[in-house]
Amino acid sequence: MSKRRFSFPYLIWMTIFIVVPLFLIFFYAFTDNTSGKTLFTLEHVKAIFQPLYLKVIGRSFYMSLIATLVCFVMGYPAAMILASKDFSQKNTMLILIVLPMWMNFLLRTYSWLSLLENEGLINRFLASIGLGQVQLMYNNFAVILGMVYNFLPFMILPIYSVLVKIDKSVVEAAKDLGANGARVFLRIIFPLSMPGVVSGITMTFMPALSTFVISRLLSGGKITLIGNIIEQQFTITGDWGLGSALSLLLMLLIFISMIFINKYGDESVGAGGLL
Amino acid sequence: MGKKIIELKNIYKRFGDFTAIDGINLYINEGEFLTLLGPSGCGKTTTLRIIGGFEQPDEGDVLFEGVRINDVPAHKRPLNTVFQKYALFPHLTVGENVAFGPTIRKISPDIIQKDVKKYLEIVNLEGYEDRDVSTLSGGQQQRVAIARALINKPRVLLLDEPLGALDLKLRKDMQDELKTMHKDVGITFIYVTHDQEEALTLSDTVVVMNNGKILQIGTPVDIYNEPNNAFVAYFIGESNIIHNSRMVKDKLVNIDGVDFNCVDSGFGQNAAVDVVVRPEDVILVPPDKAELKGVVTLVTFKGVHYEIWVEGPTFEWKVHSTIPQNIGDELGITVDPYNIHVMKHEPLEIPSAETAVEV
Repeated sequence: MSKRRFSFPYLIWMTIFIVVPLFLIFFYAFTDNTSGKTLFTLEHVKAIFQPLYLKVIGRSFYMSLIATLVCFVMGYPAAMILASKDFSQKNTMLILIVLPMWMNFLLRTYSWLSLLENEGLINRFLASIGLGQVQLMYNNFAVILGMVYNFLPFMILPIYSVLVKIDKSVVEAAKDLGANGARVFLRIIFPLSMPGVVSGITMTFMPALSTFVISRLLSGGKITLIGNIIEQQFTITGDWGLGSALSLLLMLLIFISMIFINKYGDESVGAGGLL
Repeated sequence: MGKKIIELKNIYKRFGDFTAIDGINLYINEGEFLTLLGPSGCGKTTTLRIIGGFEQPDEGDVLFEGVRINDVPAHKRPLNTVFQKYALFPHLTVGENVAFGPTIRKISPDIIQKDVKKYLEIVNLEGYEDRDVSTLSGGQQQRVAIARALINKPRVLLLDEPLGALDLKLRKDMQDELKTMHKDVGITFIYVTHDQEEALTLSDTVVVMNNGKILQIGTPVDIYNEPNNAFVAYFIGESNIIHNSRMVKDKLVNIDGVDFNCVDSGFGQNAAVDVVVRPEDVILVPPDKAELKGVVTLVTFKGVHYEIWVEGPTFEWKVHSTIPQNIGDELGITVDPYNIHVMKHEPLEIPSAETAVEV
């Protein structure tokens, strides 16, 4: 009984800030009031299936997948170094990883502008050593870099927290049974770290797929992602119906991706490695 | 018993300021069941980890059949370990756990499958191949760990307090199973425990350790009946340890103020000695039948026997007897000469109550 009472504030919170907005999105996506009356319509949903939007969705998927992959390739070794007991700089490194998150998200993305732009720090340095200017901004590279930079900690931390909890005697048992370092990793450590990998992928892929700030700032508006289109519907064109329908589509796509990632994660844990 | 299979020569191991192993020399014969016994922190597990290749000794050599293996990594040693907390792979089934070693060695799947079946039968878990290890009880998990080690046909099986986490009844059953398994598979067992009863029950040879040193090596009967020093007597079984004793001359020792005939000699006249008498070896007689007299202070029923405390002139004797006594009665105390164990006097470092009493 008492537990139910404590959950009450959370229920109110979730109703106001999650259930009601979700309901509104559904409402706007499936209604039309241009005639003065609110009528049910499928027009907005049909409007999504334009080649332009599908292309943008495809591009968003592609770029957030690459960013997630880069985060994984960079983040897993970092998590392993952090989790190894011989590593004495552990706390320093943990703070350095978390430190950028203490800064405002917009601010830390803006700071990349001053580094990457044509008259930015990197290009001035290249010029000073006699190399020509390189186009670093306004392209896919800059956007993916921004995603990786912003979301890398969300890959490292979940993997790290799973790796430190792996029982050292399990690793010793694998060695005892004849497994060398590579085999211990592939057959024991990696499969056991899958829950961390799954949540790391989830926590980088989801925000990367829906971001609009990173793409707008670092591509100067040249690269449009699904997040940008949705934002435009609400702030510029004022087509809340289409914006809501696109939001629903994005939610559906994320939902499907999560089912896929979780299922794949579970299976690879069950199957026990690759070798 | 066969030739020496493992030999430790002058091993030292320190962790920071703490000396875990303080100069150990030991050899293990092929086919032997050897137990390293001592209180926690005595260095027994570190010794086992050095043999297994999980720790490097700071000094000294580890020999396997006469060849130095200090630099051979754990995964290349012909030994397998059963860990204290089983250390099963949680993401694999029972069958996959047992098959881990042979799979690594690229043995053909048909043979692996047959072997897994065979070794699960040895540990009484036939038909458990597809079970999830987390669904097994502690005793079953331990048996999977043993099967997982035995399937590799190691020359030596290292067991690090394998029964420590099990309840009393299960532990007794597993002790019997281990002893049978040792007989059946004919592998050398090196067993670590702090449980003296377990050590006496299972072993061919018991090695008693304390503070990183070996105090005594012998058969269970030797260790129990002829402890080298007061610590061994204290740690193995129950005992009366009378410190303020004095060797009057050869074969005559003064205990609790009274001279007793004994079988020990060579300590010199009037030498301070420690005397150990097991509680079951103390004989209570009417007061006029003995020179040493005492008063009964406490009688406790223990099932098989009564534990009787008798206050002598300078020492309180613990006596095990099947005959109860009345508190306050005066009694005589006698001990047969061969049950009096005389040893050089040395200060006794009593381990903490927790480690000594744990059974």
